[in-house]
Amino acid sequence: MSEHDNRHTAGAFDVRTFIAALMGVFGVVLVLTGIFGGNETTIGTKADGNPNLWVGIALLVFAAVMQGWAMARPTIVDEEQLARDEQEGPPAGH
Amino acid sequence: MVLATESALRLGTNWVDYLLIAIYFVFVLGIGVMARRAVSSSLDFFLSGRSLPAWVTGLAFISANLGAVEIVGMSANGAQYGIPTVHYFWIGAVPAMLFLGVVMMPFYYGSKVRSVPEFMRMRFGPTAHLVNALSFAIAQLLIAGINLFLLAKIVEVILGWQLWVSLIVAALIVLAYTTLGGLSAAIYNEVLQFFVIVAALLPLTIIGLNKVGGYGGLKDKITAAGNGHAQLSSWPGTNLTAIDNPVLSVLGLVFGLGFVLSFGYWTTNFVEVQRAMASKSISAAQRAPIIGAFPKMFIPFIVIFPGMIAGVLVSAVAKAKADSGSSFDFNNSLLYMIRDLLPNGMLGLAIAGLLASFMAGMAANISAFNTVFSYDLWQTYVVKDKPDGYYLSVGRWATLAATVVAIGTATFASQYQNIMNYLQTLFGFFNAPLFATFILGMFWKKMTPTAGWTGLVSGTLAAIVVSVLGTDVLGSLSTGVWSLSGQGASFVAALAAFIVDVVVSVVVTMVTAPKPESELRGLVYSLTPKEDFHDDNEGVLTWYQKPTVLAGIGAVMVIVLNIIFW
Repeated sequence: MSEHDNRHTAGAFDVRTFIAALMGVFGVVLVLTGIFGGNETTIGTKADGNPNLWVGIALLVFAAVMQGWAMARPTIVDEEQLARDEQEGPPAGH
Repeated sequence: MVLATESALRLGTNWVDYLLIAIYFVFVLGIGVMARRAVSSSLDFFLSGRSLPAWVTGLAFISANLGAVEIVGMSANGAQYGIPTVHYFWIGAVPAMLFLGVVMMPFYYGSKVRSVPEFMRMRFGPTAHLVNALSFAIAQLLIAGINLFLLAKIVEVILGWQLWVSLIVAALIVLAYTTLGGLSAAIYNEVLQFFVIVAALLPLTIIGLNKVGGYGGLKDKITAAGNGHAQLSSWPGTNLTAIDNPVLSVLGLVFGLGFVLSFGYWTTNFVEVQRAMASKSISAAQRAPIIGAFPKMFIPFIVIFPGMIAGVLVSAVAKAKADSGSSFDFNNSLLYMIRDLLPNGMLGLAIAGLLASFMAGMAANISAFNTVFSYDLWQTYVVKDKPDGYYLSVGRWATLAATVVAIGTATFASQYQNIMNYLQTLFGFFNAPLFATFILGMFWKKMTPTAGWTGLVSGTLAAIVVSVLGTDVLGSLSTGVWSLSGQGASFVAALAAFIVDVVVSVVVTMVTAPKPESELRGLVYSLTPKEDFHDDNEGVLTWYQKPTVLAGIGAVMVIVLNIIFW
């Protein structure tokens, strides 16, 4: 299985993991604000419904889906391909 | 674009909002730092662009354009003109992006150029190249300055920072993440920005729509305010074009805004095309703008709709709409919506979204400037034949210099906003003849190098002449010989630029010598073997990987959208 030795998943560096992490953190902060926060707008009126709570939940769901996608179909990094590409010189524009 | 300094717009941010904004910036800078270290070959692999899936480059493609002008400007248009604003997307951007992917990208990618001006040099030689590269580089500096100014201004207005402090802090952040990670980190960040912007604007739209009683309620309220038909149906859009005759208004929209201005912008603007060039194969490069077109066609719902809702919900905006003589600045519409509808928490997310959008714009301008400066100007005309590392470091210095110049431009913009608006209009005129020259050059092998640059220059001049003869397009420079003003005048100027460019190119080609056909392979359609436009390594593409099939689906969808909002 030598050809697989140089192949591994992109792991934390997958762009989907970044997106999931940021949206997940945003979601947690918003949900907590929705539960414990004041729900008041800058002009002092109560916001309709509880936007922090439902947007926070929506972001958490989105983050879970993104991360699920990244885990179900991981991006495979091929070190050999990488080395070959580098020998051909740096990509100029593409 | 002028944002008010009114303290009325100072938003009551609290620590939760600052926390959300801070988290976002940690991510933005973190990507730059990780890309810089490149300790991980995985990241290296990603950032080199070669494994970037098409949905990533596609999102980066529209994110680079989702800057201040798009978000603040289009919501302002939404507040002022209503539904006709969708033409910027459904007649303008989306068809142009599909066209770029199907027709023009094979030339850009297949000819292995590093920039759009470089294509110009190979096809038409140095004079046309210089005209293009110089005007592009200068325009990017200017627009980077405007984006920076708006970024600093919004920080000043909503957070209460001094303008100069915001200017420098904002410039440093953009500088950090463009120099740290280069183009690749910029693309990574742009994808992130896209989601932050959507996460901020989509809830704002939903909350706003909910408050006015859904789309039906919004229509009723706009009709009740006396702006019914013109604001609620996309055609003929006479309020947007300021051309009274409906037939001429439609022609102005389709040909001026759609065919010339938008095609000119999207197909020749290197800021955009650069994203697609970072793809791993020719079909992936083609797919980038086409995939980007799908989210792009739904952006109107989260930028134009909040503006329209502000027009009935925010008393200041509604009052300004009723009184046509008022000097109210519609660019503030979105900020009013954020102020009135969002509680702390969502407020921080919305501010992060706005900051993300303005930074995306500036970073894209700066990274495109960097490439064109180091390869198209410095390497081609000043210091030739040095190793790659030399030009990389020239690029870093160019980025630094561009940021400093942008701070200067932004300071100038804060004093002379009208001049900046006119300059921006003027630079818009460089795009219209560019599209004519490119499309002629790609499909007409006889077109000569001399025709290339004379067409460009005369087309640009034609646009300037039309604007000078119009009313108010270039401020006091416009003489008002004919009563064209506002957006309509820009559309007509673009159209004139296109026609003059084509006529001059044809006439000059008749009397000058063309390039030998052997030098035009990959640059002109009829002289390029079909295999050059095809990657053998790609194997057989499934239907959803085929650029033409995807573009066809996109075209049908955008036509349906056009019909729904007729």
